[in-house]
Amino acid sequence: MADPSGRLSESTARPAVGPLPPSGRPLPGAGSSRLDLLERLLAAEEARGCAEAAVSWLSDELGLPGLVCAGLAEDPLRLVRLASRGSRAKQFAIALDDPADPFLPVLGAELPVRFGRGGRNAPEAPFQRAPFVAFPLHGLAGGAPRPAGVLFVAEATRLGDAVASELQWMCRHLGRRLYQIWTGEQLRERERRVAREQRLLDGLLDAVPDPILLTDADGQVVLANPRAEELFAAGEAPREGRVQAVSRNSLLFSSALTQRVLAAGEQARRELLLVDPADGSDLLFELLSAPVAGEQEGKGSGVVSILRNVTDLRRATEEIEENYRRLRAAELDIRAERDRLNLIIRSVADPILVTDPAGAMVLVNEPAERLFTSSQRPDGEGAPTGTPGEGEARGQAERDNDAQLSSFVSTLFSAPPGQRWRGELTLTDPATGAAIPMEAISGRVLSEQGEVTAIVTILHDQSEARERARLYREVEAAKSELEGKVRAATAELVHQNELLRRQHIELEQASQLKSQFLANVSHEFRTPLNAILGYTSMLLQGVYGPLDGRQERGLRRVDSNAQHLLSIINDILDIAKIEAGRMPVRASEFELPELVGEILSELEPLVERSRLEIRRELADRLPPVHGDRQKIKQVILNLLTNALKFTPRGSVAIRVRLAGEEISVAVVDTGIGIAPSDHQKVFEDFRQVDSSPARPYGGTGLGLSICRRLATTIGGRIDLASELGRGSTFTFSFPQRWRREP
Amino acid sequence: MSKAPAAIEAAEANGGPRATPLILLVDDFVDNREMYAEYLAFSGFQVAEAADGHEALAKAFELLPDIILMDLSLPGMDGWEATRRLKQDERTRGIPVIAVTGHVLDGHAEGARGVGCDGFVAKPCLPEALVAEVRRMLERSRSGRGGR
Repeated sequence: MADPSGRLSESTARPAVGPLPPSGRPLPGAGSSRLDLLERLLAAEEARGCAEAAVSWLSDELGLPGLVCAGLAEDPLRLVRLASRGSRAKQFAIALDDPADPFLPVLGAELPVRFGRGGRNAPEAPFQRAPFVAFPLHGLAGGAPRPAGVLFVAEATRLGDAVASELQWMCRHLGRRLYQIWTGEQLRERERRVAREQRLLDGLLDAVPDPILLTDADGQVVLANPRAEELFAAGEAPREGRVQAVSRNSLLFSSALTQRVLAAGEQARRELLLVDPADGSDLLFELLSAPVAGEQEGKGSGVVSILRNVTDLRRATEEIEENYRRLRAAELDIRAERDRLNLIIRSVADPILVTDPAGAMVLVNEPAERLFTSSQRPDGEGAPTGTPGEGEARGQAERDNDAQLSSFVSTLFSAPPGQRWRGELTLTDPATGAAIPMEAISGRVLSEQGEVTAIVTILHDQSEARERARLYREVEAAKSELEGKVRAATAELVHQNELLRRQHIELEQASQLKSQFLANVSHEFRTPLNAILGYTSMLLQGVYGPLDGRQERGLRRVDSNAQHLLSIINDILDIAKIEAGRMPVRASEFELPELVGEILSELEPLVERSRLEIRRELADRLPPVHGDRQKIKQVILNLLTNALKFTPRGSVAIRVRLAGEEISVAVVDTGIGIAPSDHQKVFEDFRQVDSSPARPYGGTGLGLSICRRLATTIGGRIDLASELGRGSTFTFSFPQRWRREP
Repeated sequence: MSKAPAAIEAAEANGGPRATPLILLVDDFVDNREMYAEYLAFSGFQVAEAADGHEALAKAFELLPDIILMDLSLPGMDGWEATRRLKQDERTRGIPVIAVTGHVLDGHAEGARGVGCDGFVAKPCLPEALVAEVRRMLERSRSGRGGR
């Protein structure tokens, strides 16, 4: 509180009177009244009540009409009006921190100060136009006076000494009481504030979600918020697991704290892995410790520790790092993808354009540039060269191209979704002015909201395709012409075939006719031959009487020649029959020894005449044969006849044996034999090796030829082994069981 | 046509085989027919002759010969048809018929058996061979009858 006394002497408040003289004598009849006042002052617990009692007493006992009591109330820097009588200054106050306040000097004075009426410097006078006296009110603290307020007393008439004395007495008590109340009030206020701050602090600590602990210099926990207690306090009736967790946590925490003694103002930060006592899971904390300078119970500084749970934080950090890494990878992928896409677009020989909804080209590859924008590129390789007219033509071509493309693309922005558009454009090559037929294929690029954001158009030069199509058509035409020719040729061939077929049929018919003719001829031959042979035979038998020698000789010539003629006719007929297919195979089961016996008995006259013998050499246990007995017999008979015929002396043998699935019948003679060069000849028609007219051996020369034909018909064959002069061996082989060829 | 019709004795008259068997010779080629007839007669048989199928049937029904030698290719009714009719008739069914033909193509012999011929002889056939066949057939026929 400033001491204004130094300035009071020169105060504007020029005292009108000197200080009032101290008075020790009370006013008459005031004894009981004073006691009453003192009781009331002491009884008052508040400054206003106290002031009101004083003002009321002064007004009642001393009859003072104007009184204003100002004192310390709530604000320590302002003296405010506490009680008043007869004053209109409702808001009267004295600012203790304002050096210009005219009443400040009063506070430093020992005695009352009188203020004159209407003093020019009297501000906010407590009383309207009336002079007044200001009585300082002092309290006592530590033996020294302390300002506690000011009592203004209006001086309508000059205060008498008794009244002044009474006022001074009262002011002494009022001042002390007011100061007492003030200081008491201040103390209570401070206590209230401390308590409030304490509550605030507690609330604050409790509200902090991080565990907070205050430890003293010995490491003992002085203070812990509920979150800290969850970690470090076992609580009531704890589980075994919780007790262990809590004690382990405490141990870890203590050791973390004592790792290093902290200097003042230093903060320590370290990680601390604790156990959640509730469920035993790991909790990672960041431990922040800082020394607290304080006189905690007179001891050295403590340490405040804040544990920040970073379990989730670390997980989150890791996730963020992982996500970031993925993001980087994805970005790299996308970049690679985009590079690849660019590469693809660049490498495509067809023009590719991307157009935005406004119709502007967003992206074009080089082939597209050549068509649409080359003359607009200042540096372009396609930039116009040559005459200005040429450049003009280029620009015109590009504008035309652009217009065509725009009109094609513009239809797409409003077209129904989900399809590609295909169109034909005839663009102009800006470089040559040649027309290029182009196939345009457009697709829309849609945003996620389904709006068309761009249109991708690929142009494909159709010139080659059209040229190919033209060539293809020509090839087709040539092909169809060729096909026509082939068809004609084929038809001709078919016609020729048909002719051949008819000729074949005719030939067949002719062949049939020939066979028929032969058969008929042979019949016609036989009928007269029958008569010739018959009558000759009858003549020779003497049916018509005896014959002389010459007649008989002549008749025998007739007979033998007729016989020969007959055998020729028979052979020819056989060949004709075989060739006409009129000698079918008639298979039956028979025994070979029996057949050979039959053949030999038929040959008996011939054998007798030849004076040879035929040796039978039949293998043992020959199986029965299934075949055409008639044909087999004919072949064997023929071979034996030949052997007898061509063997002047020596022997003829027939050897029959089984070779695999074949029967082999060998007719072996010691006759004249056949030269190897003639081996084939003997099987030909009308052939004898000696074909001279003077040949010594009879026969038609058709026998072997017929044999071979017959052998072939039944699936067999005839082999010849012979040397001239050393005899011959004809081997007739045929299947033991004949099977019709499929 | 026949040389000795009067000499022919009726078979049914004495109800048994003739002492001299009667051969009916059917052939349109006169040289052959007469040649065989002469030889058959020379060999001791009675011979009747016919030049075609119709005549053959008439003679057969009339004379009821012991053997019929039937040429198959005949003008008018051929030998097959004639044989078929003979074999269908009660009176002539039992008379052996020997087919005599110059056609030696496959099927003729079978065809002849098919219509009821009892024997088959291919021309050219010497008279003595024919007679031998006739004798063989008569022998068979007699033993067959004797067996009844």
